[in-house]
Amino acid sequence: MKLTGAEIIVKALEEEGVDIIFGYPGGAVIPLYDKLYDSSIKHILVRHEQAAAHAADGYARATGRPGVVIATSGPGATNLVTGIATACMDSIPMVAFTGQVALPAIGRDSFQEADITGITLPVVKHSYLVRDVNKLACTIRSAFHLATTGRPGPVLIDLPKDIQTTLAEYSYPKQISFRGYHVPGEPEAAQIYQAVKAIGLSRQPVIYAGGGVISSGAADDLQKLAEKACIPVTTTLMGKGSIPEDHPLSLGMLGMHGTVCANYAISHSDLVIAVGARFDDRVTGSLDTFAPHAKVVHIDIDIAEIGKNVHVDYPLNGDVKMVLQELLPRVEVPQTERWLQQIASWKKDYPLSYTQDGDEIKPQYVIEQICELSKGEAVITTEVGQNQMWAAQYYKVMKPRCFISSGGLGTMGFGLPAAVGAQLGLPNELVVNVSGDGSFQMNLQELATIVQFQLPVKIAILNNGYLGMVRQWQELFHNKRYSQTELLPVPDLVKLAAAYGIKGLRAHRPEDVRPVLEQAFNHPGPVIIDFVVSQDENVYPMVPPGGSLTKMMGGAGK
Amino acid sequence: MRHILAVLVENQPGVLTRVAGLFSRRGYNIESLAVGQTHDPNVSRMTIVADGDDQVIEQVVKQLDKLVDVIEVRDITDDEHVDRELMLIKVKAEPVVRGEIMQIVDIFRARIVDIGQSTLIIECTGDEGKIKAIEKSLKPFGILELVRTGKIAMVRGPKYEEE
Repeated sequence: MKLTGAEIIVKALEEEGVDIIFGYPGGAVIPLYDKLYDSSIKHILVRHEQAAAHAADGYARATGRPGVVIATSGPGATNLVTGIATACMDSIPMVAFTGQVALPAIGRDSFQEADITGITLPVVKHSYLVRDVNKLACTIRSAFHLATTGRPGPVLIDLPKDIQTTLAEYSYPKQISFRGYHVPGEPEAAQIYQAVKAIGLSRQPVIYAGGGVISSGAADDLQKLAEKACIPVTTTLMGKGSIPEDHPLSLGMLGMHGTVCANYAISHSDLVIAVGARFDDRVTGSLDTFAPHAKVVHIDIDIAEIGKNVHVDYPLNGDVKMVLQELLPRVEVPQTERWLQQIASWKKDYPLSYTQDGDEIKPQYVIEQICELSKGEAVITTEVGQNQMWAAQYYKVMKPRCFISSGGLGTMGFGLPAAVGAQLGLPNELVVNVSGDGSFQMNLQELATIVQFQLPVKIAILNNGYLGMVRQWQELFHNKRYSQTELLPVPDLVKLAAAYGIKGLRAHRPEDVRPVLEQAFNHPGPVIIDFVVSQDENVYPMVPPGGSLTKMMGGAGK
Repeated sequence: MRHILAVLVENQPGVLTRVAGLFSRRGYNIESLAVGQTHDPNVSRMTIVADGDDQVIEQVVKQLDKLVDVIEVRDITDDEHVDRELMLIKVKAEPVVRGEIMQIVDIFRARIVDIGQSTLIIECTGDEGKIKAIEKSLKPFGILELVRTGKIAMVRGPKYEEE
């Protein structure tokens, strides 16, 4: 049977089990939208294409299924770029469809033409410009395969308008093969053996767990390994949820704003077991002083990550879950009693802390209350900056896929649309977007999407009237010269909520925080909560950029 | 240190951009890149000469290998291999010096492929040393134009996948 390109796309999406698409129509995708009109696939109309990409990303992070986005050619496509780059940096499976001008018009600077495969080249796992409708089905199958296997990532398919209306015979390939793409299998037995020996002989081991644990679905296996071998676990921002953060072996996050305990543990360790993590500069600080006494085991599906930033003694290239399952029955339990005592005393001596003084709300307190009230079981999306770091420090995550944050790219404006995607993926969960007044204003147009689709997202805005993290750096490293970081006036957020028909609440004093949150969480629909917080609060502890993890500002004094 | 990479890629539009883009974006130095179709029309082969220490080259190889359109990457620097480069060079050649130039061309087993009123185009194939040497020898006559293909290379012995 012959189908048009647009029909082929919709059929292929149905075969891939796609039940939800985030998008925004435009001239070059009208034929596709015409066919979507009759499809059972739910389309979420966002209010800006960037938000479509972030929402698809949030959906993917929350559910583990690939996020699907559609945008038109030219500006529609370029608006996706930040969202695609965000997904790429954090290895999130996504398939982005962009419209393109008709094949004969390509290269002529046609109306709404942009070379989107060229523009996105550095921020996709792979991309296609479809030039032959007969290859369309195969291209879509390939894109989903690439996006979801190996190290996941975004794949872009550029669809010239005439391709969407041209007829072709449709058959959807079941199997797909690539000459240049192979998902690694298990590591060699000898490598497993050596890693097992190294773990057994270590005395001060630390597991350093990253986003790979989450995306591989390996949190249970990681916890089992940690428990069997009595090895403490620190996570990256992306790795939060790899182990319940109230677990005795959990050290919290490490790195620039990590806990003292986690940073000390890494720095004094004799064996760092990196699991699905990539030794980012925000984690390691200065590479010269990072884990100076440690041998390194590195489990990663992407062989290019192994040895990229630090020397690796025991490489284990493979899917995290598969490798952990190989290690688990074989692991030799090291003698870690003294090490665990040492860690316990660091934990006791240097807890995360802030000072509650005066009647201003401290942002940390807001996060603590959100955590307490939701029992650590909400799905948290964050923006980027201080709000993100406080959320990471004070929200104790209990399970994987519940902490959704732009780690690698650090994209302000990510959290609100990501909450849209997460809520659609997990309709029965409490989704809370922890936000700052700066980030919130970057994508607040999505309030309309939230209302249209009746998503009960709770938006907790830590409103300090500043671009807080930059202000903090200016205070600490630039003689308090607050260049362009005061964001006043912040619009009246309660009135803004009202304008969208959303419930708006405000808290000024610490004693307001709990009741306002209770009210918000009990409300069946979306809520914006304006937490007017102290303006000059900083995120501590802090390792200055390029510094050593042992030298933290504001952390080591009790 | 300079490394020679033999890279098999899908013969598709955009592959060269992906490969070249990877080098510039990750800050790797590329000295030369030669590319052409192989006996399989779906596959092209690139010879890339890149500069960097072992760790950098290891990353280059791994990152190249990650590109979906890259079928295989091999660092053949330390393998027994043959490498060649083609150069066309246009020199000033007034009748009085032509004999001398032709002698040089003979010594290097190069060829004269075009004669103008006061110029010659010389074609020379060889390894890097030879290419450099003939360029140096012809310099005194006045080089007007010079174009090089970049190095192409092949490992000696059996087809390398079969080793």
